[in-house]
Amino acid sequence: MLYREAGDYSTSYPEDSQTFPIKFDRYRYYVILAVAFLVIPFFINDYWANAVLVPFLIYSIAAIGLNILTGYCGQVSLGTGGFMAVGAYACYKLMTSFPEISIMIHILLAGGVTAAVVTLFGLPSLRIKGFYLAVSTLAAQFFLVWMFNKVPWFYNYSMTGMIGSPERTVLGIVVTGPATDAWAKYMICLIFVTLCAVLARNMTRGSVGRKWMAIRDMDIAAEIIGVNPLMAKLSAFAVSGFFIGIAGALFFSVYLGAIEVTEAFGIEKSFLVLFMVIIGGLGSIFGSFAGAAFMVLLPVLLKNLLVGGLDWPTDLAQHLYFIIAGGLIIIFLILEPHGLAQLWRVAKEKLRLWPFPH
Amino acid sequence: MPDQVLFAAEVMLNGLMAGVLYSLVALGFVLIFKASGIFNYAQGVMALFAALTLVGIMDGQVPFSHLINAIFGTNIHHFGWHTPALLAIILTIMVMVLFAWLVQRFIFRHLVNQEPIILFMATIGLAYFLEGVGDLMWGSDIKKLDVGIPKGMNETIESITHGAFGYGFFIDNLDIFATFVAVILVAILVCFSQYTKQGRALRAVADDHQAALSVGISLSYIWILVWSIAGFVALVAGTIWGAKSGVQFSLSLIALKALPVLMLGGFTSIPGAIIGGLIIGVGEKLFEFLVGPWIGGATENWFAYVLALLFLVFRPQGLFGEKIIERV
Amino acid sequence: MKLKLKLTSIVLGAVMATGPALADLVLPMLSYRTGAYAVNGIPFADGYNDYLTLMNERDGGVGGVKIDIRECETGYNTEKGVECYESLKGTGALIFAPLSTGITYQLIPKATVDGTNIHSMGYGRTSAKNGKVFRNVFNYPANYWDGASIAVKHIMDQEGGDLKGKKITLLYHNSGYGKEPIRTLQELAKKHGFEYKGIAVDHPGQEQKSQWLQIRQQRPDYVLMWGWGVMNQVAIQEAANVRFPMDKFIGIWWSASENDTVPAGAGAHGYKGLALHGSGTDYPLYADMQKYVVDAGLAAGAGDQVGTVLYSRGMYNAFLSVEAIKTAQKLAGVGDVNAAQVRDGMEALNITEETMAAAGLPGFAPPFSVSCENHGGPGLGMVSQWDAEAQKWSLITGLIASDMDVIQPLIDADSAAFAAEAGITPGCG
Repeated sequence: MLYREAGDYSTSYPEDSQTFPIKFDRYRYYVILAVAFLVIPFFINDYWANAVLVPFLIYSIAAIGLNILTGYCGQVSLGTGGFMAVGAYACYKLMTSFPEISIMIHILLAGGVTAAVVTLFGLPSLRIKGFYLAVSTLAAQFFLVWMFNKVPWFYNYSMTGMIGSPERTVLGIVVTGPATDAWAKYMICLIFVTLCAVLARNMTRGSVGRKWMAIRDMDIAAEIIGVNPLMAKLSAFAVSGFFIGIAGALFFSVYLGAIEVTEAFGIEKSFLVLFMVIIGGLGSIFGSFAGAAFMVLLPVLLKNLLVGGLDWPTDLAQHLYFIIAGGLIIIFLILEPHGLAQLWRVAKEKLRLWPFPH
Repeated sequence: MPDQVLFAAEVMLNGLMAGVLYSLVALGFVLIFKASGIFNYAQGVMALFAALTLVGIMDGQVPFSHLINAIFGTNIHHFGWHTPALLAIILTIMVMVLFAWLVQRFIFRHLVNQEPIILFMATIGLAYFLEGVGDLMWGSDIKKLDVGIPKGMNETIESITHGAFGYGFFIDNLDIFATFVAVILVAILVCFSQYTKQGRALRAVADDHQAALSVGISLSYIWILVWSIAGFVALVAGTIWGAKSGVQFSLSLIALKALPVLMLGGFTSIPGAIIGGLIIGVGEKLFEFLVGPWIGGATENWFAYVLALLFLVFRPQGLFGEKIIERV
Repeated sequence: MKLKLKLTSIVLGAVMATGPALADLVLPMLSYRTGAYAVNGIPFADGYNDYLTLMNERDGGVGGVKIDIRECETGYNTEKGVECYESLKGTGALIFAPLSTGITYQLIPKATVDGTNIHSMGYGRTSAKNGKVFRNVFNYPANYWDGASIAVKHIMDQEGGDLKGKKITLLYHNSGYGKEPIRTLQELAKKHGFEYKGIAVDHPGQEQKSQWLQIRQQRPDYVLMWGWGVMNQVAIQEAANVRFPMDKFIGIWWSASENDTVPAGAGAHGYKGLALHGSGTDYPLYADMQKYVVDAGLAAGAGDQVGTVLYSRGMYNAFLSVEAIKTAQKLAGVGDVNAAQVRDGMEALNITEETMAAAGLPGFAPPFSVSCENHGGPGLGMVSQWDAEAQKWSLITGLIASDMDVIQPLIDADSAAFAAEAGITPGCG
C-alpha cells in the first residue's frame, strides 16, 4: 500500500537498471537529498554539526570505503585508522605547501595519495587470506601511525607533533579553521558524501563491483571464470583507500581542525569503522550510512539520556554505554547478522504488501 | 667480548622472556580458535576482567558498589575482609567458568554456523560488554595485585654472568616465574588434551564439528569447557601482567601484543603460539636495540606485526598453522 | 536512513531539553573516569568536584551565586571532548579545563573564536603563556617547559652546579604531551653542556623492557620521565628492577602520584617527582571538606582519593577557578559574571599568601599573579619524593624558578607561529 510498485513500468533498459527502479524509492531519495541540501543547513547549529552530523557524514564515507573492501571484495581490514591518517596528513601537507590551490582539490588529492598507500599495503592480500590478512593490516595501522608520529617532515617540524588545519575558503566561504560556520562544515561534508555515495553505488553495480563480489564469494572460482584476482583485489584496495583518504582528510581539516595521530587514528578507529560496516550491513551502501548513524548517535543519545536526563554520574553512564553498546552489537549479530540494511530490506518487503500480507 | 655483543645478548634473553609473556596471552586465543573457529578478540579483556575479579575478591570489595551507591544513595565499598590468595584464585576460576557458560548460553549458541567475521565481531561486542561490566563491578581505579609473585632482578644470573663476562645480565624474576608458569601450563594443556576423555573430545571437535557431533560429543559442553580453559589462561596472563603494572584498564590492551604472535605461529597451534611468541619477543627487542635508536625508537608495536607479515608472505597459514586447502 | 535520523533527532531533542536549565555560574569539568587513563583522571575529577561542592555547601557558591558543576566524560578522547565542549559552550560555561593535551590543542583555536576560556593547568600548549596571542587561553601556574627547566635545575643542585659531561635521558610518552619538553631539554643541554637523549615509549607503555635495558646499558646520570597512565607504573617498576638509583629518576608532575608509585611497592622508594603544590590532608581546608562534603555524603566518586596528589591538583585547579571568578566579580561589580568578565578576572588574578591562607590552604602553592603578557604565571615548581614506608609524597625542596632565558625565546617563536597561522595580531586589550 505504502510501497507501491503497481503501475510502475519500465520502457527501456536504462530505466529498468537505474539505482532506484521503484518510483516511491526514487522520490524518497530526492526528498532526502532536498532536505539534506536545502533544509538542514538553515537549522543546523554548532552542537548538531560538530557532535552529530559532521562526524556522521565523515564516518559514512569511511564506512563506504571499508564496505567496498570488506563487504564487496571480502578482504577484512583493520587498518582503517592508519589509512585515514594518511588522508589527513596528505591533506595537511598539501594545504600548507600549496595554500593557493582550493581545499576541495587537496581533499581529492589526499584521497588519491591514500589510494596509492593502501594499494601498497594491499599487496600481501594476494597471498594472505582471512584473519591472517586482517591481522596483517594491523601492521599498516601501527606502522603508519608510528611514522606520522616520528618523521618531523609530516608535521612540519612543529614542537609537539600536532597538526592544525589553517583557514581555507571555498567560493569565499570559510570551510576550515575555527571560524567556520556550522552550515559550511556540514555542506562541504555533505557534498563529498553525496559524490562518494553516488560513485560507490555505481561502481559496485558495474563490472568492477561484480568482479569484487566474485572474488568475495570464492576467489579461486572467480579466477577460473576470468576475473583477474590481482586487478580485482588491488582495485578494491585502491578505491577503498580513496574513500577512506577523503574521510581522513575531512576528519582532520573540517571536523577536528587539530589532530594528534596516536590519539585520533589509533586502532580504536579501525574497529569503530569496522563496527559501522558490520552493524550497517556488509555489501550495502545504505548499510554504511545506517551503521555510521548508529555508532555516532548511540553514545550521544545515551549520554544525554543518562547524564542529562537521569542525572547519573558520568562514569556510570560511560560504563553503561560500553555494556549497552557491546550488548546491542551482540544482539544485532544474533538477530540479523546482515545488519541494518537487511532489516530495512525486510521492512521494505513487508511494506510492499502491507496492509494485505497475502 | 665487546660491550655491544653482551648488550645484544642481554636484549635477546629479555626478548625471549617477553616472548613467553606474549605467548601466555596468545594461548587463550589459540584454544578457542582451535575448538570453535572463533577468533576471540575479547581475550585481552578477559585477562583484565579475571585480574580485576581476583583483586576484588582478595580485597573484599563489594561488586557493583558504585552502581548500588548511585541508585540507593548508600555508601558501601568493602565487606571489610580479605580473602587468602588461593581461595580467591579458586573463586575467580569459578567466576570465569560461569562467564564461559553465560557466553555459550547467550551468545554463541545463537551464532552457530555464522561466518567467521560475524563471530569475530561478536567477540568485539563481548569485549566492549565485559569492559563495561568489569569497570562497573570493580571500579576503574588502579589496583595493586600481590599474590606473592617474585619481582626484581635475579641476583644469581647477574653475579654468574658478571663473573663470566664482566657484565651482569639483567633478568627479571617475574619473567622467570612466568616462564615456569607457561611451561607448566602448556604441559597441563597437552596432558589434558592427550590423556583425558574431555581432551580427546576437544580434539575431535577441533578436527570436525559434525563428525564429533555424530559420535555423541556435546558441542556446547566442549565449548563451555574450552571457554573456561581460556578464562583460566586469561587469569594466569592477567595475574602476571597485573603484578607488573597494577591491575587497570590498559591490561586489556595486551591482546594487541598477542596478535602478531598468533599470525606468526598460526591460529591453530599451541606450539606455534609459544615459538611465535619467542620469535616476536626476540625480534622486536633486537630491532628496537639495533635499529630503534637510528629511526627514533618506539618501534616495537609495529615491528612485531611487520615481522609476522614477512613470515606470512612465505607461509600464509603461519609457521605451524594447518595448511589451508582451497577447493572450488 | 535520513528518516530514522529524523526520528532519533526528535527523541534526542526531547531528551536534551530536559537538562537543568537554571545556570548560575557554570563550571564545566571535562573529566575522564573511564578508559586507559582513568587511573589518573579519577582523583583529579574528584578533587575538582569536591572543592566546588564545598564552596556551594559552605559559602553558598562564589560571591553568593551558586556554582553549577557540569561534568562531562571524555575518556581522554578528542572527539568526545569536542562533543562535550559543543554541548557545554552554549550554557554560559565560564572556564573549560580540558585535562588532556589533545583536547586542549583542539579547543584553543575554537576558544578564541567562541569567546570561551580555557585553563590548562600544568599541561596543554606551552606557548599559550603569551597572552598577547592566546587571549582566552591560560596555563598558569606552570607549564611543561618550566617543568623541564625546573628538573634540570634540581639536578644541577644535586651535582654541585655543574652538568658538564653528565648524561640526562628523557623517557617520554610517544605523543604530543610527551614530546613537549624535548626542545627545551635540547636547548638546556646546549647551555649547560650535558648530554641529552630521548627514549620514546609507545602508548600504552605496558612493555618497556627494551627501553630500560637501554638505560641500564647506557648508564645515564639522570632519567626524566614524561609519562601518563600505565606507562608510569611500569616505568617505576622497571627502574626498580634494573636497580636504577631512584633518587636520580625524576617524573613530571603528571608522573608523580600515589597511583604511579604504589604498585611498585618498596622498589619505588626515593622516586622523585616535580610538584606544583603540596599534598596530604594537613591543611585547615580539609576540616571543612570533611564536615561539609565527605561526611554529608556529597563527595564525588568513591570518596577515597581525598588528599592524594592528583586529588590535590584537581582541588587546586578548582581553587584557581573560584579565585578567578571572585576577581571577575570584583572587577565587574556583579555576582552573576559571564565568560568575558571571567576572562578579565583570570587575567587580573593575583594569588597571595593571604588568599591561600584565607582559603584554608596556607603554603599549599606559591603566590603568583597573571597579566596579559604572561598567562602562564611564574613557572615555579618544587621537587617531591616518594616515601614507600610512609606511603606518601613529601616536598624536599623549596620553590625552584624555571630558566626563562631559555624558555622565553621558544615561547615567542611558537606563539608567533600560531599568530601567523591563525591570523591574529598580537596585543593586549
